[in-house]
Amino acid sequence: MSITVYVPCDAGALSLGAEAVASAIASEASRRAVDVRIVRNGSRGLYWLEPLVEVVTPSGRIAYGPVQAENIGALFDADFLHGGEHALALGATEDIPYLKSQQRLTFARVGIVDPRSLDDYRAHGGYRGLDAALAMDAATIVQAVTDSGLRGRGGAAFPTGIKWKTCLDASADQKYIVCNADEGDSGTYADRMIMEGDPFVLIEGMTIAGLAVGASHGYIYLRIEYPHAQRALEAAIASAEAQGYLGADVRGSGRPFRLEVRMAAGAYICGEETSLLESLEGKRGQVRFKPPLPAIEGLFGKPTVINNVVTLASVPIILDKGAAFYRDYGMGRSRGTLPIQLAGNLRRAGLVERAFGLTLRELIEDYGHGTASGRPVRAVQVGGPLGAYIPVSQLDTPIDYEAFLGIGGMLGHGGVVVFDDSVDMAVQARYAMEFCAIESCGKCTPCRIGSTRGVEVIDRIVAGDHGERERHEALLRDLCQTMLDGSLCALGGMAPLPVLSALDHFPEDFSGTAQHAAV
Amino acid sequence: MLSIVEIDYGTPKVASSTTVELMIDGQSIRVPAGTSVMRAAAQAGISIPRLCASEMLDAFGSCRLCLVEIEGRKGYPASCTTPVTTGMKVSTQTPRLANLRRGVMELYISDHPLDCLTCPANGHCELQDMAGVVGLREVRYGYDGANHVYAKQPDGSANPLFVAKDASNPYFTFDPSKCIACSRCVRACDEVQGTFALTIQGRGFESKVAASQDNRFLDSECVSCGACVQACPTATLSENTLIDKGQAEHSVVTTCAYCGVGCSFRAEMKGEDIVRMVPNKDGHANHGHSCVKGRFAIGYASHPDRINTPMIRAKISDPWQVVSWDEAFAHVASEFKRIQSTYGKQAIGGITSSRCTNEETYLVQKLVRAAFGNNNVDTCARVCHSPTGYGLKATLGESAGTQDFDSIEQTDVVLVIGANPTDAHPVFGSQMKQRLRAGAKLIVIDPRRIDLVRTPHIKADYHLKLKPGTNVAVLDTLAHVIVSEGLVDESFVASRCEPEAFAKWKAFVAQEKYSPEAMEAQTGVPASLVRGAARLYATGGNGAIYYGLGVTEHAQGSTAVMAIANLAMATGNIGREGVGVNPLRGQNNVQGSCDMGSFPHEFPGYRHVGDDATRALFEQDWGVPLLGEPGLRIPNMFEAALDGSFLGLYVEGEDIAQSDPDTQHVTAALSAMECIVVQDLFLNETAKYAHVFLPGSSFLEKDGTFTNAERRISRVRKVMAPTAGYADWEITQKLAQAMGYPMDYAHASEIMDEIARLTPTFHGVSFDRIDQLGSIQWPCNEDHPEGTPVMHVDEFVRGKGRFMLTEYVPTSEKVNAEHPLILTTGRILSQYNVGAQTRRTANVMWHDEDRLEIHPHDAEERGISDGDWAGIRSRAGDTVLRALISERMQPGVVYTTFHFPGSGANVITTENSDWATNCPEYKVTAVQVTRVSQRSDWQKRFHAFSEEQQELLDQAQSADSPGRA
Repeated sequence: MSITVYVPCDAGALSLGAEAVASAIASEASRRAVDVRIVRNGSRGLYWLEPLVEVVTPSGRIAYGPVQAENIGALFDADFLHGGEHALALGATEDIPYLKSQQRLTFARVGIVDPRSLDDYRAHGGYRGLDAALAMDAATIVQAVTDSGLRGRGGAAFPTGIKWKTCLDASADQKYIVCNADEGDSGTYADRMIMEGDPFVLIEGMTIAGLAVGASHGYIYLRIEYPHAQRALEAAIASAEAQGYLGADVRGSGRPFRLEVRMAAGAYICGEETSLLESLEGKRGQVRFKPPLPAIEGLFGKPTVINNVVTLASVPIILDKGAAFYRDYGMGRSRGTLPIQLAGNLRRAGLVERAFGLTLRELIEDYGHGTASGRPVRAVQVGGPLGAYIPVSQLDTPIDYEAFLGIGGMLGHGGVVVFDDSVDMAVQARYAMEFCAIESCGKCTPCRIGSTRGVEVIDRIVAGDHGERERHEALLRDLCQTMLDGSLCALGGMAPLPVLSALDHFPEDFSGTAQHAAV
Repeated sequence: MLSIVEIDYGTPKVASSTTVELMIDGQSIRVPAGTSVMRAAAQAGISIPRLCASEMLDAFGSCRLCLVEIEGRKGYPASCTTPVTTGMKVSTQTPRLANLRRGVMELYISDHPLDCLTCPANGHCELQDMAGVVGLREVRYGYDGANHVYAKQPDGSANPLFVAKDASNPYFTFDPSKCIACSRCVRACDEVQGTFALTIQGRGFESKVAASQDNRFLDSECVSCGACVQACPTATLSENTLIDKGQAEHSVVTTCAYCGVGCSFRAEMKGEDIVRMVPNKDGHANHGHSCVKGRFAIGYASHPDRINTPMIRAKISDPWQVVSWDEAFAHVASEFKRIQSTYGKQAIGGITSSRCTNEETYLVQKLVRAAFGNNNVDTCARVCHSPTGYGLKATLGESAGTQDFDSIEQTDVVLVIGANPTDAHPVFGSQMKQRLRAGAKLIVIDPRRIDLVRTPHIKADYHLKLKPGTNVAVLDTLAHVIVSEGLVDESFVASRCEPEAFAKWKAFVAQEKYSPEAMEAQTGVPASLVRGAARLYATGGNGAIYYGLGVTEHAQGSTAVMAIANLAMATGNIGREGVGVNPLRGQNNVQGSCDMGSFPHEFPGYRHVGDDATRALFEQDWGVPLLGEPGLRIPNMFEAALDGSFLGLYVEGEDIAQSDPDTQHVTAALSAMECIVVQDLFLNETAKYAHVFLPGSSFLEKDGTFTNAERRISRVRKVMAPTAGYADWEITQKLAQAMGYPMDYAHASEIMDEIARLTPTFHGVSFDRIDQLGSIQWPCNEDHPEGTPVMHVDEFVRGKGRFMLTEYVPTSEKVNAEHPLILTTGRILSQYNVGAQTRRTANVMWHDEDRLEIHPHDAEERGISDGDWAGIRSRAGDTVLRALISERMQPGVVYTTFHFPGSGANVITTENSDWATNCPEYKVTAVQVTRVSQRSDWQKRFHAFSEEQQELLDQAQSADSPGRA
């Protein structure tokens, strides 16, 4: 009887040595003539413990981590294959508090299943959502998604059901489902984890979306730097096709749904949905104006549902367990769960899926265990490079779309990047403008010229004499207002958020000569 | 830069039957549904600031100046991209918007040179206007930040963002330092012209306009149509003439004198000097677009080669002698009278041209019929579209295309046969490409892979690459498929066509010999392609056929035209928008010159001279008896000249020595005549054989009308005085008077009044009426007071449509061991016809010699490499051209253009012609091609003769100089 060992094939784990760990286990097992079956799972998202090796024992999966190849001999010696004690032993995986306290709905299978195995997927509740959807008419599916309260997890938080209904109501000979998998926000990796760790859930979600709006074709627009996700998705699509879950006749329903992965163009702006559509059409990734909404005139001019990976991956459980099940999580108008990605200067970076409502402080302190440097937290950027910098005084803000809007911020795709007190916020503000300047598509004037001028003005503020400070700051604030009000898309329209929040909350960093005290 | 007089409404006009009412700045406005807020405001006289919008282009939403506030909506929507909705309340001016716009302008100007006073756009610059409108007073960013303006950075190092001016194009200059990256040029190239030569390269602040792969404009895919120049809101893309001369002070609407599209232009003038030609947005044929010829190639009108004084000589070996106009007229009259008294009344005649105005052509035929007293008048349409006149008259009842150009907007299947619109009719070619990009299907029937077969975002669904000379066979096989597969529109045929003729035709084309399979060996077109194309045309929705000289210039030209009409009738593709039979006319006034009675057998309006009632009408009006027998066609004139019975010829605006086939035969005929009078701008090839030269006027120097391929009569307006003193119609009139026939028109409009009086299809036409409507498509009369965009709507002009039998008879011009290749001829975008105009412009930078295009296989067999001298020999003659190896050709077929007289393309072409109309078979000549090392004997003789004639001209001009007078 072979012993099953899980070694993640998640890109994060691989970058920490998971491949060497897996081969070391295989060769050590062979040397010792032990029958070991290695399964390459996704990551549990506890990145400070990666590579996290799990062994299946009669009492469940026992975790060891972070494991390096050189630990393997000792682990065998410690009989880790039977849950033996070792310095790296973490006990039952499910009992690790970081994991145990989470509410994993979307990530229910990530790190648990073999991402290449459709059988494993089904064994863990996969495709029950599709089965339910196949028994419904399109409008009922859309209604379920609407009732669940699911909002777009890519960042804009637009109600998914409304988007789907718009597309359903548009009449056309062809409609499309497009998955925005061009995950590019700093400190975010939820999309990648799903695609690498549970690709079938995305495929199932897109298939349900296709049934819901009458689309027969879907595209996954995948970040070019995600080769592991590409392989995982393509393998999963091939198995789904082979077993009748994709193709001309999905599950014998007579309805077609086909799926293709398209590698993205390598530009942040191509994660903006209209640029994404342009890029997917083979054109230069340049923002389109709206309206027309993509749901009415999207890919190749046809009605198109375009959703983020997490949004689409949240659909199967809604269809499986019902809208109410999902809606019962969360607070206010933020329903369900949000997979939050902790990153930056933290002791325990990783993925935390929780219902909306816990506070930023809980995330940083309870999950993150404070800064990796051990210095005090000074600022937290939530929602990617365009998110506001949140000062310590606002850490009690709950994870809720409206609460974040209330403090001039946004949740975005759920990325949380923590800075300690050595951070120079003028540098961070400059970086926001510079990021915008580098990534701007160049179409609209406020973003194209404004971001470059923004960098220059911040440089002048920092370098300049004190007397000019007020004039420069007024200009910077005017510029931010022009970009906020005038930009065509969210890149130029939100790049001022980190700048203004840095100016508002950390004015002392912009005093020119004076460097931040802690440095 | 936009025209100095047009109003731009910011976004394209929307056609919608429903209207929407909204409030803009408290004003209630009603506009068609789908209209943008910007356009709605503009229609109400409310001007919203903007830079990236133009009504020639789809809304883009990039400049962010046109933002407005809309009650109940978040933020500041762009008025260009926001469609109106019922009850919408829009504010275009609020303090917040003012700040926002000033903020955007401040950014723009922070990256723009401050040289307004010396800038070519000064006074008509949209950026300058917007800076004024938003009240920009300060650029707080300063000017030492990142920029595209200065070659060097403050520290003296090179500015990596700076790009120097590109003056490679002869007509316009690209100055990237003034670019505001609005993409209007890129969008104009994409959306309007359809060439996709321009792009925005890089992103963010580094975004810049680039031609092709960042090439110089001249080296790029740019076709120099000028749409980008017109679209540019600043001086980034400026006409060189504008840079040289400054802003125009007035503008005159006139009509292009190049191809049969008949684009309307605004000649922007400083006094009598043209600053630039801007296509007229209100032009019904071109909607504000143009090509490299019409917009830019007008320099010939002021070229030093223009001859500005009348000249005479006794023999063509004599030097020219400058004379006064009166002497010239007296001399011509005396010579023509002498010839007629010696050799008979029929011994003289006249040739008019498709380049003349309607009024001029009308007068020439009137001169011949009334003053010469015979019907020996013909026109160069003889050698291009005479089969169209014959074929369409026989089948449909009218010698004209059935549609307007805009009809193509409703077309689902475009069938192009023997036409190359992107080169020869570029502005309509662009409109066709717009429709094809919007989803219409395309069938191309052409021996060559013309651009349309594969061009950006367009790919022909079927390219039937037939062998030259097999048009009728291919058309008959298409008909065979339609009939045998039951694709005939039976109800249309039953109600609209003659049943007996249809039944005969049906049985005729159903014969097995016309099956695509049976014909495959002859046509070279795989049967499956023919079947597919036939099904697509017959069943793909609105099918429209566009054809050109590749149909008419054949031994069976008239047959092919009838076969085309048969196809349209059989499939019900005639009599409404989106369908029809559309001859693309080569020259500006082919349609008009035919309409005006310039053929020997027809009075104006296609009425036979033998028709007593018509003749009586003209006899009464003109006050002289008229002959009821048709006169000589051009080829008959040549034969008669060689026979010694036709010895005096008046040629206005036509260069038969270059354009007619079998040049050596033509020049022999010309040499045999005693008095050839040439009226032209230049000493053209025919004039080298002339005894009298009468200096003509360019289209800029006279009033009149041209009629384009869609029967559209448009005004030609005088913008400057004739360099030689007279408009061409005045010269003809003086000549008539000298011959003793009274003509006394004070203005060209009086000639049109006479045409209208005597021609039923023109009864409603007058210069005043054209001024009111912009242009008029004939028939325009009591039944159609505003003209007729689509003909044959409820019934055919002849009543019932008549199917004609179109037996395929292979041309006698056959390949054999001695002449194994087929030569076919055509045109190129930058040159026009015999090149008299375009060769005298900078267009020669794109095409400065005619080349022989040959398939690599044929070239290889003959040891010919690209650029080698290739000798081309037919049974008519031989010439030498440099070879251009091209996979556009099919093996066995070679091709050349005929824009340069020294090329001798027509030395090769033969006397073969259309059985019905004598239209020459230019498109099929059996030839052999060999590698040679020197020019042909003919070319050597030609050059010697040309030099000698130039010498004789130079002698006259130096004799005329004041020092020698």
